[in-house]
Amino acid sequence: MAHAKLTFADVALTVNVPSGTRIIEISEKVGAGITYGCREGECGTCLTHVIEGGENLSEPSVLEQRVLKENLAGRNDRLACQCQVLGGEIKVRPA
Amino acid sequence: MQGGSQPPEAIRPVEVADRVQWIGALDPHLRNFDIILRTANGTSYNSYAVRGSSGVAIIDTVKQEFTDPFLRRLEAVTRYDEITTLVLNHLEPDHTGAVPELLRRAPHVEICVSPRGVQVLRALLKDDFDSYTVRVVRTGDTVSLGDRRLRFLTTPYVHWPDTQCTYLEEQQLLFTCDLMGCHFCDERLFNDCVGDFRFSFEYYFEHIMRPFKRYVIEALDLIEPLDIAMIAPSHGPILRSHPREYITHYRRLVKTRLASEVGNQKTLLIFYVSAYGATSQMAYAVYAGAAENPGVRVSLFDLQVGEVTPFVDLIEEADALAFGTPTINGDAVKTVWDLLAGLVDIDTKGKLGAAFGSYGWTGEAVPMVEARMQGMKMRVPEKGIKIKLHPTEDELEDCRAFGRRLAAHLTGEVAAREIDISDLL
Repeated sequence: MAHAKLTFADVALTVNVPSGTRIIEISEKVGAGITYGCREGECGTCLTHVIEGGENLSEPSVLEQRVLKENLAGRNDRLACQCQVLGGEIKVRPA
Repeated sequence: MQGGSQPPEAIRPVEVADRVQWIGALDPHLRNFDIILRTANGTSYNSYAVRGSSGVAIIDTVKQEFTDPFLRRLEAVTRYDEITTLVLNHLEPDHTGAVPELLRRAPHVEICVSPRGVQVLRALLKDDFDSYTVRVVRTGDTVSLGDRRLRFLTTPYVHWPDTQCTYLEEQQLLFTCDLMGCHFCDERLFNDCVGDFRFSFEYYFEHIMRPFKRYVIEALDLIEPLDIAMIAPSHGPILRSHPREYITHYRRLVKTRLASEVGNQKTLLIFYVSAYGATSQMAYAVYAGAAENPGVRVSLFDLQVGEVTPFVDLIEEADALAFGTPTINGDAVKTVWDLLAGLVDIDTKGKLGAAFGSYGWTGEAVPMVEARMQGMKMRVPEKGIKIKLHPTEDELEDCRAFGRRLAAHLTGEVAAREIDISDLL
C-alpha cells in the first residue's frame, strides 16, 4: 500500500500513514491543534492550512468546496475531516 | 408584558431615527438566557424596519414566541409587499424565530446573510430554502432602498461564525446584532432613557464576547473608521447617546487588564492537586525541568487553595497549561474539572496543554484531561505522564524531561519527530 508523510507543524511531528488516510484521523491522535466538530464536513471547525504538498491530497468534494467557500477559506485551506492523503509529503497546521 | 397580555395600543413601533422604526419585542420576565446568562430584568429582541424611497428593509427578527407582537409592530410601519430586504445579521433563534412566518407573508424579499450565515439559514428553512432569494453579502457589499443604502460588514465570531453588522450610511446608524448588546429590558429603549445598565453591558461581554476577543478586535477595526451617530444592537438599549464611548469601552474590555511583566518569554502555568503528595512531587519536577529553559516563565499553583475566576484570567494570557491530577474513582478531581469548565469564557485555541498525575489503580485522569484540552482546540503534543503511587527518582527525572520538552515546544526548539501510524494504535 502506498504511504505518505503527514507533518503536523504545530506539534513538530511527522507520521507515516497509508494513502487514503484522512488528516483528522491522525491529528486528534497526535494532539495537533487541528480539532474536529461535526466530522461530517459541515461546520468548518477542522479547517486546516496546507503549508506544503497540497497536490498530494484528494480533490475537494462538492460538499467540501461549498463549506470552504462559506467559511471564507483561503486557497490552501482544506477540511481535515474530508480530504485524504494520497502519497508524498504533506505539511499542515490549524488554519 | 408582551403579546396577548399587553393591551393592543401598547404594541406599537418606536421611531429610532428618520424612517427607522424599532419593531422588536420586550421579554421582561425572562430570568435565564441560553442557560448561561442570568437576566434580572429580562431582555429585549430588537428588530428594525428601515424605509427608503423604493423599498423597506427589516433588520433581524425576534424569538419565535414573540412573532405576534413583532408582526403587529411591523404591520404598523409597512405593508408586506413593500418589504424588499430581510437582513439577518445573526441566525441564532432569538433573532430568527419570526423569520419563517415573515417569509410566509413576504416570500418575495431578498434575504441578505453573511457567507457563514447561509449554512444556518439552510438549516432554519430546510426544504423551503431553495424557494427563497438568498444573497450572500460581504464587507463593502450594499443594498439600495432608493434614496438610502445599507452597507454590510462581515464580522465573524461576534459571537457566532455567521455574525455581521449592517450600516445605514445616510443615517450613520450601525446595526450590530449581539455586538455591544446586553440583556437589559426597558421599554424606554434608548441608553439615555433607561436606568444604569453598565453592569449588564459588561456581564454580557464577559460571557458572550470574551471567548472571541481576537474576533471582537477585528470587528472593532472595521467599525471604528465609520462615522457613527447611533449603534442599534439586537438586545438591550439602543446606543444613541455617546455611541463611540461604547466602542471605546469594548476596546478596553478586549485588552489585557494589567500589563504582564513577563516580556518576551513564553508562559507555562502548572496547576496541580495532590492527595498524598505524589502528584505534587511530579508538579515540582515538571516545573524544574521547564524552568531550565530561559525562554519560558513557569508558574506553579496548588488548585485546592485557589479561586477559579482569577485562574481563568491568568490562563487567558498564558501560552501553555499543564494539569497535575490524581485519579480518584476513575476520574480527574473536581477542582480540575471546575477550572476546565471555567475556561469556556476565554479563547484557548492554539494554547499548549499537558497533563500528568499519580494514581493508585487505573490512572484515567490524565487522558481524560488531555481529551478535554483537545476539545478546547488546544494542542497537546506530549503524551501525559502517569505514575503509580509515589514517583521514584528516575520517574521524577522523566517528569523533569517532560517539563523540558513542553518548554521546547513553546520556544520552537523541539526536535522534529517522525513516527509510524502503528505507533499510534
